[in-house]
Amino acid sequence: MATITLDTVRKVYAGDVEAVKGVSINIADGEFIVLVGPSGCGKSTLLRMIAGLEDITTGEIKIADRLVNNVDPADRDIAMVFQNYALYPHMSVYNNLAYGLKNRGMKKAEIDRRVKEAARILEIGEYLDRKPRALSGGQRQRVAMGRAIVREPAAFLFDEPLSNLDAKLRVQMRVEIKRLQRSLGTTSVYVTHDQLEAMTLADRLVVLNKGQIEQIGSPIEVYDNPASTFVASFIGSPAMNLLEVKAGEAGLGLAKGTGLSAPNPHGKPAYKLGIRPEHLHVVDGQTVPDGHLSITATVNVLEPVGAESFVYASFADGGPEIVIRVSSHARHQPGSTLQLTADPANLHYFDPENGQRLTG
Amino acid sequence: MNRLKLSDHLILILGVLFMVSPVVLAFITSTHDALTIFRSGLQFTPGDQMVENYRKVMFEAGGFTKQVDGWVMLQNSLILGLGFAIGKIVISMLAAYAIVYFRFPLGSLCFWIIFSTLLLPLEVRILPSYEIVQSLGMVNTYSGLIVPLIASATATFFFRQFYMSVPDELLEAARIDGAGPWKFFIDILVPLSKTMIAAIFIIMFVFGWNQYLWPTLITTDESFFTLVRGIRQILQVWVGSQIPDYQEAMALAIIAMLPPVIVVVIFQSWFIKGLVESDK
Ligand SMILES: Nc1ncnc2c1ncn2[C@@H]1O[C@H](COP(=O)(O)OP(=O)(O)O)[C@@H](O)[C@H]1O
Ligand SMILES: [Mg+2]
Repeated sequence: MATITLDTVRKVYAGDVEAVKGVSINIADGEFIVLVGPSGCGKSTLLRMIAGLEDITTGEIKIADRLVNNVDPADRDIAMVFQNYALYPHMSVYNNLAYGLKNRGMKKAEIDRRVKEAARILEIGEYLDRKPRALSGGQRQRVAMGRAIVREPAAFLFDEPLSNLDAKLRVQMRVEIKRLQRSLGTTSVYVTHDQLEAMTLADRLVVLNKGQIEQIGSPIEVYDNPASTFVASFIGSPAMNLLEVKAGEAGLGLAKGTGLSAPNPHGKPAYKLGIRPEHLHVVDGQTVPDGHLSITATVNVLEPVGAESFVYASFADGGPEIVIRVSSHARHQPGSTLQLTADPANLHYFDPENGQRLTG
Repeated sequence: MNRLKLSDHLILILGVLFMVSPVVLAFITSTHDALTIFRSGLQFTPGDQMVENYRKVMFEAGGFTKQVDGWVMLQNSLILGLGFAIGKIVISMLAAYAIVYFRFPLGSLCFWIIFSTLLLPLEVRILPSYEIVQSLGMVNTYSGLIVPLIASATATFFFRQFYMSVPDELLEAARIDGAGPWKFFIDILVPLSKTMIAAIFIIMFVFGWNQYLWPTLITTDESFFTLVRGIRQILQVWVGSQIPDYQEAMALAIIAMLPPVIVVVIFQSWFIKGLVESDK
């Protein structure tokens, strides 16, 4: 168990590819940190620098207050779970778990105790004699986790460990990873491009974009107060509606198209206005209260997903499309007109130039 | 469908006959005495000299110096075949390991230089090779017989391709598990290469076993003769009115064939098992 500190860590690959651009994170002891971002944003690179598999171009990484920039992966007291599991194909499950311990010169009895204990926790006891190829994807995943657990490391590092599993198994393993991490209390850094996985697992999220941190915070903080349009559109599904608006005589209107009027609390001439699909409400017959968002749009599609439905609707005069979450009982016909509103507290204003959130 | 099957079988049977009948003929002929063969050529029915002929080629010293029997030649051939195959495998695995996993200056240049030697078979470089071996005083030694043939571009190339197909994560997992370069090679790469090793062993053993030109050059001492050379030696004795011992040559040829066949049969089953089971 340990803290992990990243101080302005940069990574420049050969050919001047700057994959990570000065990232600083303080990870508390026992914390579950999820690095999330689109493919190619540098998540794996960052994780691999923590693991010691990749040299650090500049900056410092400390694990348990020890500078590890030049420490071998084996001596960093970390364990890593890979996307393709990276099990040794020719070794039995038992030996896959034991290999790292043997290399450390641990006593046979202690190795045996740890392997059995990990096998018990992960319920892979009956497969210990099998080769990895005789296991299903989920079982291999457990073995990969087991290999991490037996080392009793200061930190777990996960690089998209669930992306090779089918959807159902992914949810199940997600829950298990979380439960395991809670019960072991081991500091964990988890990389994923799946925002739902990130939200459900993380104590704190680190949203990365093009090698830079966009936002760090608890999942709810990030969801409720996205720091930029990038975070706003990346976290949450369906994504937040982002509309280009400009100031008119009466509050804000659409930059292109008609059918929207919104308050202008920051007194600027233009914004990106963000509204989550669930914060848009259909007003039937009533009038929109003063100072609330008002939208008039035409239904394109109603998309039921079971517990809820999503309405896709467009503004008049060539305006953009928005998505609205409605109850699964709603029956909005394509072509019908919707009157929508939203509480001003649920409106997100972003700078139209740099996409940063405007506050105050 | 049925017709197709029939013709398939026909073709296969023809192929088998084509390959096997010379061997069978050689074997049958090897059971006759020299006079019969000299008079009426290849024989199609078994004779009564089999035990005698095989005993003679195996245990009766022949050649000019009457020092070397079939048994010694068989041992020499085995030493050459095994040394050749094992040496090639060890050297080319290490070379490929260096090329794939270590970034050293001019690494890929090294690989291409090794690769280009594919264009230079033994026959092309035989004089300089001989010159070197001779000046090192390695003529008429096993190491002189084996070592100069060991470097193998083909095997290095195959191992390189194989290593490159091993996922990087395996190396990384091993690094985190505290395996240094040597341990990774011994504990992970070598076991993973088992099927590759078996395949290359088959090819190289047979190749080494059948070497003729190089052993002829490098060994003048008959106690280093291999089976392949021994066959020629038997047929060479056209002295006076003596009849060449065709039956012995045939018997020796049959004996010379056996070890490669055994190696192929044993390793082939491994090889196929590996192909079916393996997933990296
Ligand atoms: N070994 C490498 N050499 C050069 N560029 C690399 C290397 N590995 C990754 N990159 C580049 O660095 C960027 C980040 O990669 P990565 O960390 O793997 O992204 P992610 O895991 O977020 O998908 C990508 O643009 C990728 O092309
Ligand atoms: Mg990645």
